[in-house]
Amino acid sequence: MAEAPFGLLAELTHRCPLQCGYCSNPVELVRRDAELSTEDWRRVFDQARSLGALQIHLSGGEPLLRPDLPELVTHANSLGCYVNLVTSGVGLSRERLRDLAARGVDHVQLSLQDATREGNDRIAGIKAFDRKVQAAAFVRDEDLPLTVNTVLHRQNLDNVAGIIAMAEEMGAERLELANTQYYGWALRNRAVLLPTRDQLAAADPVVAAAQERLRGRMEIVYVIADYHEAHPKPCMYGWGARQLTVAPNGDVLPCPAATVISTLKIENVREKSLHDIWHDSPSFNAFRGFEWMRYPCRSCPRKEIDFGGCRCQAFQLTGDAAATDPVCSLSPARSTVDLILETEMAPPEVPAMAMRKMP
Amino acid sequence: MISAVALDAVPRIRRGVKCTYDQIRSAHVVLFPEGVLVLNETAASVVSLCDGVRSVGDIALVLGDEYDGVEPADIASLVARLVERRVVDVDG
Ligand code: SF4
Ligand code: SF4
Repeated sequence: MAEAPFGLLAELTHRCPLQCGYCSNPVELVRRDAELSTEDWRRVFDQARSLGALQIHLSGGEPLLRPDLPELVTHANSLGCYVNLVTSGVGLSRERLRDLAARGVDHVQLSLQDATREGNDRIAGIKAFDRKVQAAAFVRDEDLPLTVNTVLHRQNLDNVAGIIAMAEEMGAERLELANTQYYGWALRNRAVLLPTRDQLAAADPVVAAAQERLRGRMEIVYVIADYHEAHPKPCMYGWGARQLTVAPNGDVLPCPAATVISTLKIENVREKSLHDIWHDSPSFNAFRGFEWMRYPCRSCPRKEIDFGGCRCQAFQLTGDAAATDPVCSLSPARSTVDLILETEMAPPEVPAMAMRKMP
Repeated sequence: MISAVALDAVPRIRRGVKCTYDQIRSAHVVLFPEGVLVLNETAASVVSLCDGVRSVGDIALVLGDEYDGVEPADIASLVARLVERRVVDVDG
């Protein structure tokens, strides 16, 4: 039997005031009328806790758009879970945050699109920068720990020093600098987002120096740009190993991007319990452990480290979710990634960013 | 790389870190933004003594009364691992 999960990523809604062109939500966004009810979410939290989850990440879209967020925080907290609020900061007034903190939010994760107001608001598609700065101040005033999250790409990678300085100024204890992963919206916008080799080469030492300088004060987590690497990034701690995601409509996903694997049969909390889905569903069992692997992963010593890379990426670029992640230099499909780099890193004509929006 | 922690260093649980007991796993656990640590009995005792007052040496003394064969160096390396995982801070 699979080990119990540690965390639940609860995507309460796909609605969001921001329109980031690399949003990790699927291109087919769930509409409001298809969202789970408060009662459903309470049941999901109960089931997640009895399954073993100890962390509940309240995310979206923008979770502040759910009027029942306070009630859901109270409920998650009453189960003894660590409650993490993942927000754009838009809509987070001092009063709301104070109430949420009193109800049991333990940690806030705040997105930042770029180092400057102008850059941030261009990428976000709305004026959000000042509200983010303010939200960070409120988080500090409530004495809650703060993580700032920035997705890196061609448009902001040159500003990485400024982004780090901004996160320091915001009082973050952690900064996650994650190079864009190309699923959903980001895949659609890849030719606008893919960084150049020069950009990455310039950013790497800046990040490394800041990690050193800020040691003990602000932890910087850097997620590599995997297309440019010889080995894939590790898939979580393995598929269906540590965390599960529940989408706004109740779909239960082994990973937040898993809807891109159209061959995967996704189960829903309206029909089955999380317990049954976690332990017995074909989707969660599809890539657990190492048995599903093919050559070259099967005989590769790195499989314990990277689990053969990303299943979603393998599916998107090869049509086979059980293939070796094509960013791996040992993958027979690596040339696909090289071709993408060649044609999309510096396209002669850069397309406009497709801003995220509801259908 | 795990840096050493001195015996007179004073560890404390970091802000935003929650220590609790998980009935499902029947174990003490530490919850923090990045994840969850499931503690064995010794580690749970050490964590409960990281109160910002006692030093690593003090903790070793307290635990020496409870368990046989507690070595201060073992406690120091356990605290170092907790620092590494950002569960505990040390002063001094
Ligand atoms: S062959 Fe598979 S396991 Fe080995 S490095 Fe590549 S992706 Fe990882
Ligand atoms: S399958 Fe890919 S997107 Fe999903 S968790 Fe693994 S690495 Fe991430």
